[in-house]
Amino acid sequence: MSQAADLPAEAPSARVLVDFDRVDLAYDDTGGNAIEDVSLTIREGEFVAVVGPSGCGKSTFMKLVSGLRPPSEGTVIVDGREVSGPIKIVGMAFQAPTLLPWRTAMDNLMLPLEIVEPYRSNLKQNRAEYEARARGLLKTVGLEGNEDKFPWQLSGGMQQRASICRALIHEPKLLLLDEPFGALDAFTREELWCVLRDLWMEKRFTVILVTHDLREATFLADTVYVMSRRPGRILVRKSIELPRPRDLEITYEERFTDIVLELREHIGRIRKA
Amino acid sequence: MATKKPTNDAWAPWAFFIAILIVWQGVCTGFAVSEFIFPSPIAIVKSLIEFAGPIADHAWQTFWTTLAGFGIGVVVGLLLGFIIGSSRFMYNALYPLMIGFNSIPKAAFVPILVVWFGIGTVPAILTAFLISFFPIVVNVATGLATLEPELEDVLRALGAKRIDVLLKVGLPRSLPYFFASLKVSITLAFVGSVVSETVAANKGIGYLMMSAGSSMRMGLVFAGLIVISAMAMVMYVAFAALEKRMTGWATRGMDSRQ
Repeated sequence: MSQAADLPAEAPSARVLVDFDRVDLAYDDTGGNAIEDVSLTIREGEFVAVVGPSGCGKSTFMKLVSGLRPPSEGTVIVDGREVSGPIKIVGMAFQAPTLLPWRTAMDNLMLPLEIVEPYRSNLKQNRAEYEARARGLLKTVGLEGNEDKFPWQLSGGMQQRASICRALIHEPKLLLLDEPFGALDAFTREELWCVLRDLWMEKRFTVILVTHDLREATFLADTVYVMSRRPGRILVRKSIELPRPRDLEITYEERFTDIVLELREHIGRIRKA
Repeated sequence: MATKKPTNDAWAPWAFFIAILIVWQGVCTGFAVSEFIFPSPIAIVKSLIEFAGPIADHAWQTFWTTLAGFGIGVVVGLLLGFIIGSSRFMYNALYPLMIGFNSIPKAAFVPILVVWFGIGTVPAILTAFLISFFPIVVNVATGLATLEPELEDVLRALGAKRIDVLLKVGLPRSLPYFFASLKVSITLAFVGSVVSETVAANKGIGYLMMSAGSSMRMGLVFAGLIVISAMAMVMYVAFAALEKRMTGWATRGMDSRQ
């Protein structure tokens, strides 16, 4: 069922960035595994989406990649090194924008630079340069002119845009998105799909997107992984071979809906089982 | 709309205050209530003027002992709040003890403090401290402990240390809680110092009221009461203004939603 052919759709770089080898993660309280026997590789510049029923350990998967939790069994290799703690080359954004309410949009973007090296040490000297970068990033996502606004002065969609910018300001190799558009209305969500698509097309960082939305996964990703119910296993690996750049119109074409339906069937089977 | 209303209503508390004074005065003169039982506003003002010198003297004593106790309360409250709020273990270990301590009426400490430190200023300062630090601890600890886990993940994945998270996020986040608790604490501190003064002091408004009461000078007793409430109210307003200035971001969101 899963497509074994490893066809690099757009990003020809063959370098592996993330490598999971038979990874288990046991939760200490329940005894059961949150994630079981997960093996996968993600190439540099690849856009990966992980879908599955709720509570299937998708967020746990993110914690393993970012090094926030160590695996119980197996190995996680990111950027050539086995992960044993926070890997510092990731940017993260969640369903809640989690902006700091006492900082302006601009200062919120600067937060990762105050934490992560080498920016942390040279922030004082290069402040102007970094602020220009933040301004540029805000402009790309359509937040130009909102630099000095506080989060409560921005709409939900605008806050989420700023949150994604914050995840990208330190130019991470790996962007982790945990249902970032889940709380937005349908129109804003599709708008932000395009924002993310454009950002990715421009900068070609590696993305892991966790989502419930199969259309979102199909529209954005190179590869979609379907996870089973807890304990989470990878059931299907599906390469999305739609041409890029993709426009929203493609979501109404048959070849697109065929893929969504196929993914939907897998999820349906899991839910019945 | 939200900005217009308060300015229009600003006269209301004053009008009610004056109305109460008028009714009070009316009852006292109308029913010829004895000044030894319940003095009229005019009698109280007379006492205030007559004893202005001694009242100011005692008021100053109460004021600075209260502020000293409150100051210690702020420092201890911040430290304890920081410790309890920044570690789950310390939270679980200390919070129940704090609740237990807080359920003791602080006036019950005064006799002990008198045995240890003698009659006078020290028990008043310490009672003010004991009664005022608890709200600060609870508020600071709550502000720190209710950090969003997602935000912590964002920062920890970047290699942020615990102290980074506390300083960049936890502390600013708990400031609104902290400043809100200052308003409550300063008024409590006045309760502490005055209670201690009525029992064990030879100076301060509490002592003044006690001795005036025992010589049946009720006008002076009520004058003392008014001086305390005036001092506590001024401090409350001062801290409310400070809160608004320091942490306006925490409430401005609500203003804009109206």
